[in-house]
Amino acid sequence: MTVLLVALGAAVGAPLRYLVDRAVQARHDAVFPWGTLTVNVAGSFVLGLLTGGALAGAVPGSVTALLGTGFCGALTTYSTFGYETVKLVEAGALGQAFANVAISVTVGLAAAATGYALTV
Amino acid sequence: MRRQWDVLAVISAGGVLGALARHAVSRALPASPTGFPWGIFLVNVTGCLLIGALMALVTHVWPGRRLLRPFLGTGVLGGYTTFSAYTVDIVRLADAGAVAVAVAYLAGTLLVALPAVYGGMVVTRWLVRR
Repeated sequence: MTVLLVALGAAVGAPLRYLVDRAVQARHDAVFPWGTLTVNVAGSFVLGLLTGGALAGAVPGSVTALLGTGFCGALTTYSTFGYETVKLVEAGALGQAFANVAISVTVGLAAAATGYALTV
Repeated sequence: MRRQWDVLAVISAGGVLGALARHAVSRALPASPTGFPWGIFLVNVTGCLLIGALMALVTHVWPGRRLLRPFLGTGVLGGYTTFSAYTVDIVRLADAGAVAVAVAYLAGTLLVALPAVYGGMVVTRWLVRR
């Protein structure tokens, strides 16, 4: 049952990541990967809400499997974050590569902590 | 935005496969409330190594295959790796008082996963040019 819920959440989360990335990247000409940053921050906030809620006993395991492990897990990505950072390094844009890591981690953590604090 | 239903379908199918693989790894290596999250660490590091290898293969060996990168890269590896479990586990560890573990996990993943992307890319490029 858990496996089915994880699969269902991921079936929606992965294509939504692609659509958000396309929509965000179409809004500017810069090479900076704002699209991946957007999904990673949004997913961190939602998983923060769910995890805090689960620790408080308000979110059942089935919801965590569907929306946490499945949806948020597939909506967010470390591989694309890593690949886009390495591509910036290879292109000589070291400042942008460093900024991508620094902004992704600090804003992602802030979003996760905010969500977590709201429900824990 | 032009709707490309076949691209969305392969990303969704790949995302399911990747998420189930991640779920299996994190079930096999469950993290304690104050322990280092080895399961997701392993998932993100191996996923980064594989995206590096995949992008080298897509560029040098299999160019022009329209659905390959969406399925394997955006779908399988995107669904396999995760940023939200990374950030939330750091917050959860810090809140549980395991600040040193949280910092080690934060820095350790970056210091291993980002070079893994580059390593996967460089080694695969070298292998296909031999």
